[in-house]
Amino acid sequence: MRELTYNEAAVEAVAEEMRRDPKIFYMSTDPIPPLLKEFGPQRIKATPIAEAALTGMGIGAAGSGFRPIVDWRQVTFCFVAMDQIVNQAAKIHYMFGGQVTFPILFRASVGGGGRIAAQHSQSPYSMFMNVAGLKMYLPSTPYDMKGLLKTAIRDNSPVISFESGRLMTSKGQVPDEDYTIPLGKADVKREGSDVTVVALAWLVHEALAAAETLADEGVSVEVIDPRTLVPLDADAIRSSVQKTGRLLIADEAGPTAGFSAEVAAVVTEDAATFARLNAPVRRVCALQVPIPYSPVLENHVFPDRNRILAGIRELLAR
Amino acid sequence: MTNLSPNLPPDKQREMLRKMLTIRRFEERASDDYLAGKIYGVVHCYIGEEAAAVGVCSALDHGDRIISTHRGHGHCIAKGADLKRMMAELYGRQAGYCKGKGGSMHIADFDIGMLGANGIVAGGIAIVTGAGLAAQMEGKGGVAVSFFGDGASNAGPFHECLNIAATWKLPMLYVCENNMYAAQTPAAATHALSDVASRAAGYGIPGVVVDGNDVFAVYQAAHAAVERARSGGGPTLIECKTYRWRAHTERRGQPDLRDRAEVETWMRRDPIAMLAQQLCEQGELDSAGLQAMEDEIAHALEAAVAFAEASPFPLPDQAVEDVFAS
Ligand SMILES: Cc1ncc(C[n+]2csc(CCOP(=O)(O)OP(=O)(O)O)c2C)c(N)n1
Ligand SMILES: [Mg+2]
Repeated sequence: MRELTYNEAAVEAVAEEMRRDPKIFYMSTDPIPPLLKEFGPQRIKATPIAEAALTGMGIGAAGSGFRPIVDWRQVTFCFVAMDQIVNQAAKIHYMFGGQVTFPILFRASVGGGGRIAAQHSQSPYSMFMNVAGLKMYLPSTPYDMKGLLKTAIRDNSPVISFESGRLMTSKGQVPDEDYTIPLGKADVKREGSDVTVVALAWLVHEALAAAETLADEGVSVEVIDPRTLVPLDADAIRSSVQKTGRLLIADEAGPTAGFSAEVAAVVTEDAATFARLNAPVRRVCALQVPIPYSPVLENHVFPDRNRILAGIRELLAR
Repeated sequence: MTNLSPNLPPDKQREMLRKMLTIRRFEERASDDYLAGKIYGVVHCYIGEEAAAVGVCSALDHGDRIISTHRGHGHCIAKGADLKRMMAELYGRQAGYCKGKGGSMHIADFDIGMLGANGIVAGGIAIVTGAGLAAQMEGKGGVAVSFFGDGASNAGPFHECLNIAATWKLPMLYVCENNMYAAQTPAAATHALSDVASRAAGYGIPGVVVDGNDVFAVYQAAHAAVERARSGGGPTLIECKTYRWRAHTERRGQPDLRDRAEVETWMRRDPIAMLAQQLCEQGELDSAGLQAMEDEIAHALEAAVAFAEASPFPLPDQAVEDVFAS
């Protein structure tokens, strides 16, 4: 075990996979220096600012026997490539009857907190969850990042690696040896019996902080990190809620048609889980607004440990 | 430097210098205040490129419209934006142009035809082409100007809009500020041709390369393009060869991989010093006049900072305002 940052874990995963498989190459507008140094400009391509073209080229190279990684950097920049993502990457395998595979990894940082205003502070993963044919995950720790990223690179479908901007420099233990984490498996970040909190990325850590506070008050909080958004580990979420009878979902994105709405549906549409609910499902999300610049406004828009705490207290009061 | 003294009134020439100097001093202050934690997020400085914005905007009328990029302070000031409201926006205050919602990357002043800085590379090109379409439909001779970088010239909207504007003869100026880099990536690594302006040929419109540090050269090219646009001749692509003195953003410790000798070579071609020197040689300015200009700008900046500091932060609940039109 060593300590790595979230970002270092991602770079290490890419580097290890690139050493293993010469078919992998990487495209982004600004190459990552250590990758460029090790693999050179043939495999680490510095591209023009032309995300639509890069995304499409990634799809084409994937269908021609390569395993491209297209790094959009911020999710914001992939919106200029929406046709290639939604009409092409997501559908090409299905529409052509599965003739060839399109193993492509897209990387995109998400989230706010940087005072960089509406265009650069987005968490739009539920938009992509809504598109059939894309897998995606959003890890909360360096360990999960590395394991999921390696799995995603080896996957034969398009996968989006959403990565939390807030967590880039956060540290955690990562094993020395090779390991992977399967897509579609949630992780229980803290066991508990009174209430389940389902959270993603940075809010996993906020939820753990809230759980710690409540533990002092004798309340036992279970924190579930789905890690993968598609496919979602509904079983893990349901069995936790069946145990605790209460569910709070924390998400840095807004609530409308969001990840949080999907989790709420997964829980409430299941008769066995619904029967065990002792309180309505509670969501603690960002306000449904573009993210503002001024710190006062931005802080107000995002959920945090205090809002999670307040939400849990409300659930317990019922 | 280009000599325009016969046909540009001395007042206008001095005004160009004053604007360029204002941009520079504004950004020096913004950078200091950013590092001091009074301005948040990210700040992209335009220092070194002032002649491009001022040269072009000096050829425009109040009613003409422009759009900017992530590096937008210079375009705002050149088009006549209020330093107080700009500074208040950078400070995240209620009195800022965008009520504290936008910050450095998103300053707009629609009253003066400044349609906004934009955080998306090439994100403004189509929008301002729409303003050009509106100007054409209004039929009052208005023009619209798209400012964008060398990096943006590789993005789809640049090509799509040049084609439409050329075909429809829209009253447009496409002004590429070629500062030779897109973040850390040299333009030479991402452009098949060394001149962005030569792409104009593919759309059948004039493409002009100008020394982007020579404000009169920029003005002259812009003036000709504006005349052409106003008279129904259609768009022009103007490429200003210039250079940013600072790193891509003001973030502390941000690497700047450019060759120091290259940076210094360009700094010796300071567009402001070159203009000041020419005005002095022409007898339109002396060192006392230049000092008076500096003092006046320093004063205006102090007033802008004081205004920003005196403006309250927004109230938290204002975060939910303006999502939709009322
Ligand atoms: C679509 C998109 N892709 C990537 C970025 C990240 N980015 C911001 S500025 C920049 C470089 C822009 O270069 P250029 O157009 O030459 O403008 P300059 O910064 O040199 O003024 C990049 C890649 C972005 N903002 N938008
Ligand atoms: Mg540039």
